[in-house]
This record gives sequence, structure tokens and C-alpha cells, in this order.
Amino acid sequence: MTMLVQFIQRAVMQGVPLLFGSTGEILTEKSGHLNLGIPGIMYVGAISGVIGSFFYEEKVGAANINPFLAVIIPLLTSMLGSLIMGLIYCFLTVSLRANQNVTGLALTTFGVGFGNFFGGSLIKISGSSMPAITLSATSKCFKTTLPFANSLGVIGKLLFSYSFLAYVAIVVALIAGYILNHTRTGLHLRAVGENPATADAAGINVNRYKYVTTCIGSVIAGLGGLYYVMDYASGIWSNGGFGDRGWLAVAIVIFAIWRPNIAILASILFGGLFIIYNYVSIPGMGIEAQELFKMLPYLVTLIVLIITSMREKRESQPPQSLGLSYFREDR
Amino acid sequence: MAEVPAIELKNITKTFGETIANKDICLEVRRGEILSILGENGSGKTTLMNMISGIYYPDHGQIFIDGKEVEIKSPKDAYDYKIGMIHQHFKLVDIFTATENIVLGLEDEGRYNLKKSAAKVKEIADLYGFVLDPNKKIYDMSVSEKQTVEIIKVLYRGADILILDEPTAVLTPQETQRLFAVLRRMKEDGKSIIIITHKLNEVMEISDRVSVLRKGEYIGTVSTSETDESALTEMMVGKKIELNIDRSEPHDTADRLIVAGLNCTNRENVKVLDNVSFTAKSGEILGIAGIAGSGQRELLEAIAGLQRLDGGSIIYNNPKTEMQEDLRNKTPIQIRELGVRLSFVPEDRLGMGLVGNMDLTDNMMLRSYRKGKSAFVERGKPKALAEQIVEELEVVTPSVSTPVRKLSGGNVQKVLVGREIASSPTVLMAAYPVRGLDINSSYLIYNLLNQQKEKGVAVIFVGEDLDVLIALCDRIVVLSSGKVTGIVDARKTTKEEVGLLMTKTFEEGGKD
Repeated sequence: MTMLVQFIQRAVMQGVPLLFGSTGEILTEKSGHLNLGIPGIMYVGAISGVIGSFFYEEKVGAANINPFLAVIIPLLTSMLGSLIMGLIYCFLTVSLRANQNVTGLALTTFGVGFGNFFGGSLIKISGSSMPAITLSATSKCFKTTLPFANSLGVIGKLLFSYSFLAYVAIVVALIAGYILNHTRTGLHLRAVGENPATADAAGINVNRYKYVTTCIGSVIAGLGGLYYVMDYASGIWSNGGFGDRGWLAVAIVIFAIWRPNIAILASILFGGLFIIYNYVSIPGMGIEAQELFKMLPYLVTLIVLIITSMREKRESQPPQSLGLSYFREDR
Repeated sequence: MAEVPAIELKNITKTFGETIANKDICLEVRRGEILSILGENGSGKTTLMNMISGIYYPDHGQIFIDGKEVEIKSPKDAYDYKIGMIHQHFKLVDIFTATENIVLGLEDEGRYNLKKSAAKVKEIADLYGFVLDPNKKIYDMSVSEKQTVEIIKVLYRGADILILDEPTAVLTPQETQRLFAVLRRMKEDGKSIIIITHKLNEVMEISDRVSVLRKGEYIGTVSTSETDESALTEMMVGKKIELNIDRSEPHDTADRLIVAGLNCTNRENVKVLDNVSFTAKSGEILGIAGIAGSGQRELLEAIAGLQRLDGGSIIYNNPKTEMQEDLRNKTPIQIRELGVRLSFVPEDRLGMGLVGNMDLTDNMMLRSYRKGKSAFVERGKPKALAEQIVEELEVVTPSVSTPVRKLSGGNVQKVLVGREIASSPTVLMAAYPVRGLDINSSYLIYNLLNQQKEKGVAVIFVGEDLDVLIALCDRIVVLSSGKVTGIVDARKTTKEEVGLLMTKTFEEGGKD
């Protein structure tokens, strides 16, 4: 029982970065842009937060940080970092109409390189003997949980034991779902992603919608990186630690058939699948078999992709002009 | 008349580069009337309407609405002046409902409430007698339902002047009647309606007045009650122009391609070929006339093996083996393997005919890459052929290694026709081979076709200019809505006769 509760808790914690990433990507894709730069953007979101908090801790000393500033500074630097990434992506794909796949992949490569470079530099500055930066003080502020969580037993552990960013992720996903399906802005946004020429003829500013949503999407995805380093990894940044989570977030978008509400459950499920190898023990299973378990999320995505394609329900398909640039004069 | 027209155009001129799409056009539409704009393809009807609906901006001229001069710079401006256009190609988001499409882009409606909007849609639909479920998704709709959504979209925005671009082109006769009933109700409601069309019977049936355009020029406006179909045809096609194309008498003709009873339906389940039968003879040029989209493309593609047919046969008489082969539903390669030497100059030169980014030599190889036994393609002969075409047809190009998309339209066409002729075909099909070409290039193409004819090739020429069809071809097959409405002798026919056949439509159950 305790094992199960712990597993679910860990699954949720694994799921939060994925949820930020997939919510951001869903918004972006709904505007017709396939942003494969999400893994890089999440990486940049993480390192930008680390940079902010590192210099804040350096300045005032880890012992006497103000908890409010310790949260707000990394949050802002992280958002700024991923916003810049989003703007680069938009400028290339919306204004210059560059190929979205190539641009996205380039951004991912760039983002990972950017993170590793500054990560390495900070390790050098801190003079740490280990190849990592430790920001435990800041992390502690991020990890503040509700005071009554521990007194509520299993329920408290399952529902209230997470830090504020986890709840932010769920609220953001719910808001995104509401905006997409129940507001005029959402209707316009979906029209832009489905058929930009129609949206344009209806008087909708297509490029503005694309820019704004893609940038908001990037910022949301970047928060996933910040959550990972500050909360999940307890404030320890090591190069490459973020792993494949960005790609998993992109896979969740397909799994959730472009619906942020489904993405909430999908992220927790994928978070669970991502760590399940720690919890299942088949007699005689060696370390090499663990790798097979790590495959599960991708396998599930493949199956979902096959099922949704077979059902041919039009609402479950990707936005119609996903990946295509729009240029009014080209008819 | 003291009444101020709802919309008045004065001396509207619009040019695209060198071509004049509209020249000094004057037009007026009154309140509560239906005006038809009649004209052949390329006569500038749609361009003119696009200027009223804010898609294009005129080079010269003025537009008055209710007597006041206005400037219409965008579709939004047009909506503000209560003008709405229903385009031929619908602008709808497939996965949205009718209501969602209708309210798309409207910002000043207060709170977003789809239920309220749906009720308003229903109200408009009921007022004019449309049948529409506001919550139906577009992808579940038939073409006529989609059109209804487009019309209601315009009415929802409060349009008083409606422009419909060939609204009946995609409708069945019953759907057309239903649309006309709705249009009459709107007219009674005081709305002004402009219909672009080239179907004469519909013009006579629905409109109060008709304005005729020909080659971008305004010919005149007449009241429907004071005219008839033949007078309108004459206004539409104009006087005969002498072209002086050398036309030899066909000799040694033999039936080469016997097309019988072809039927074909497109993806929207509309019949595009309906029992089409004719015979193409060797040593003559068979013209195919018709309004654009009457089934010409499907017909040629069916013969070339690119279009699946529902019924009928395409019999090829092989002059070498004296064998008869049915080409129906065979792929182009199967057709070639039967020993049928078929050449096709498609309408879409850089889409279907040539690859724009490849050079002349590579484009020649598209026809010959299967030849030879080695694993490597043979480049020598195609290059020689490219050079020969450049020289013989006087193609203006820096070299044979220039990508064809960099050549001008006429030169692209010379390369394509040159390649197709080089394979010494027995059947040569050319769709609009002179479209966009200047006079000299056009004559060069006519001469090439005539040379082929004299060599005994069965030439099928799809054209849009009636003067050219009559001067170049030996016989002309006239298509209207996928049906053959007549096969005439080009030496004896007149433009009026062909024009009437082109616009002839069949009612259900008999001839009109």
C-alpha cells in the first residue's frame, strides 16, 4: 500500500514537467505550428531558472535568502529564457516561413547546448568538486507544501503533498482547455491552426495569433524545465540530467489528442510508465530489461496513434495545417 | 430613374502585369433585384466581383454605395458596407459546426455564446427558407449545405448586397431550384443579389437584368424580359475574328481512339463525365470545347490512364498490330506497355507536365528513364533531345541545364510540347496549350499541332478560345456539365452555335 502511494506520488512528480511541456505544445500546435524545439525550450527554461537562482544565492548567501524572492527570481528568468526561445522560433517560422521541423530540431540542439554550456560555466564559478550545481536553499522554497498535507494520511499524500508548481501545471492545463473550447479566442485560434486562409478571410490576424500562442506555449513548456530542476531534482543541476522528457511531452500531445484536459491524466500515466521499472520486479530481470520498461511510454503513444488514425474521427486528428506556413498571397 | 442604385461601379479598371482583367467597367445594381453577370472564362467576372468584396483593389475607377463614393480595401471593409461574397471555393473550417464557422472572426458580439448564435442562425435560415442544422459539422455536409453555411455567414453579418460566384456549378438541378427559391425570397426582402454565371437558362430564369462581359470589357446590360438566349450568346462570344491558321484537309483518316459511354464521378460524388462518346481519327485535329470544369480534364486524364472511370470504354486501334486495346482503368505504364504511343500535354504544365526545379535534360528523362538496361540512367540522348528542342522550337534558355521554372510560360510550353512530340505519338492530347502564351508562341504551337496532324497523328485539342477552336480543328466535340452536347464540323459551324452548345444544360428527364 505505501509502495503504491509512493509510486503514484512519484508518477505525479514525474508527470508535472511532462504536463507543462505538453500543454505548451498543444497550444502551439493548435495554432498550426509543430514546435519540435520543446525539449530545447524546456532545457533553456531549466537553466535560465538555475542562472537566476544561482546569482541570487551568490549575492545574498544561501543561508539568508528571502523565500519569496528565491521563488520569483528563478521563475522570471526561466520564463524570460523560454520566451526568447519562443520568439526565435516564431520569427523563423511565422515571419520568415522557415521549415518548422528543421527550425524546431535546431532549437532543441541549440537549447541543450546552451544549457550545458552555462551549466558547465556555473559549475566552474561555484568551484564545486562535483559536476553539478546545488541550489538546495532555493529548492526548499520551491518545495514548500501545504502545511496540513502530512496530517491527512493517504489522501493528503496523494492530493496535497506536491509543491505549488505542480498545481500550477494542472490549473494552466485546465485553463488552456477552457480557452480552446469555450471562448471566442479559442475558436479563432483553432481556426488559425485548421485553415489559416479561412481565418484570414474572416478578419482574424493570423500571424498575431501564431506569435502569441507559440510564445505562451514556450513559456509554459519552460516552466516544466524549472519544475524539474528545482523540485524533482531538489535544486541539483547536472548537465544532461533532464533526459528525454521533452520528447515525451511531444508524444503526450498525440496521446492526449490535442486536449489539455486529457494531457493531465496522460502526463501522470506517462510519468508512471517512465519510472515503473523501479517498481516492478520480475525474478531474474536484469538491468538490461529495465531499458525495455523505459520503452513503455513510446509504445503506448504508438498504439494510441494507430487507434486514433483508424477511428478516423476528424476531431481527433492533428490540426489540418499543422506544420504548414501561411502566406496570404500564395493561393 | 430617380432611384439611387445600391451599388454603382464607374470605369473600373484592373490589370495584372500586362494583362488587362477589367477595362472601364460600369455597372449598377438596384435594391431588390437580381443581376446576372454573364461572360466566358477569363472575361473578368470574378476579378470584378473581387474588387467589390475587397479582395482586389481597382487600379482606376470609383465604387458608389447608395450614391456615396467608397473605398473597399479589405473583406472587412466590404462587410462594413454590407457587401458579402460567396466564393466558388468555400472558406470553411471542416471540423467546426455551421454556427462556429458563421461566428468566426466576429469580435463585437458581446459574450461568446454559441447557443445564442445558433438560435440566430436558425432564425435567418427559417426567414429565407434554408434547411440547415446549426450544430452539424462541416465535414458531414454536402456541397449545397456548405454553400448554405456560406450564404448565412454573409447574411449573419448583415449583408444587403450578396455576390455569388457561380453558385450553381456544384449543385444538382434540384438543389439549384432550392437555391433560386431562397434568392427570390431575399430579393423580396429588399436585398441586392449579383450572380456570376455562364449558364444561359439560369440567367433567363432567375435574373431581372443581365450584364455581359467579354475579354475584360463591358458589353452591355439588358433586361431579361427583353432578351433571349441567342441574343445573349452573341453578346457573350462576340463577332468572329479571322485567325489565318493554315488548316489542311485531313487525309487518310482512320478511327484511332473510340471513346464510348464514359462515366466518372468525382470525390464530391458529382458526375463529371456523363456518357461521353466520340471518335478521334488519325490525321485530324479534334477540338474539345466547353466552359472550364465541364469534364475536359477528367476526360483527358481518363484517356491518359490517370482517372478511374465508372463505366465506358476507350478503344485504341493500334495501327501497327491492327489490334484493339481497351485503355480504360489502365495505368500510364500499362498503356505504354501495350504499345500505345500516347502523348499528353496537360493543362498544369509545371505541376503535371514538367518538374520546375529540374533542368531541360532531366525533364526529357522523365519520359525515357526506363530505357536501357544498365542501373544508371542514360543522359546522353535526353541531352541531345533537349538541345534539339531548344534549337528547333527556338526555346529561349541560357542552356539545357537551366531549371525549367526559370523559363517564361511560352518557353516552358515549347519544352513540354517538344518532348511530347519527340516520342512520335499516334495520339497527342493537348489541354489549353496556348494559355498564357503570346501570339507568336501560340502560332508556333498551332503549327506544331498541324504538323502532327499531317503526319497522321490523332490530335485532341482542348481549348477555350472559340475562334481558335473553329480555325484550327477539323471537328469539335462540345461538352457541357460532363455531357457531350454536340459534335460539329469546325469548317461549317459558327461561334454562336458552339457557344449555345457549351451553355446548354439538360433538365432531369429530357433535353432543355
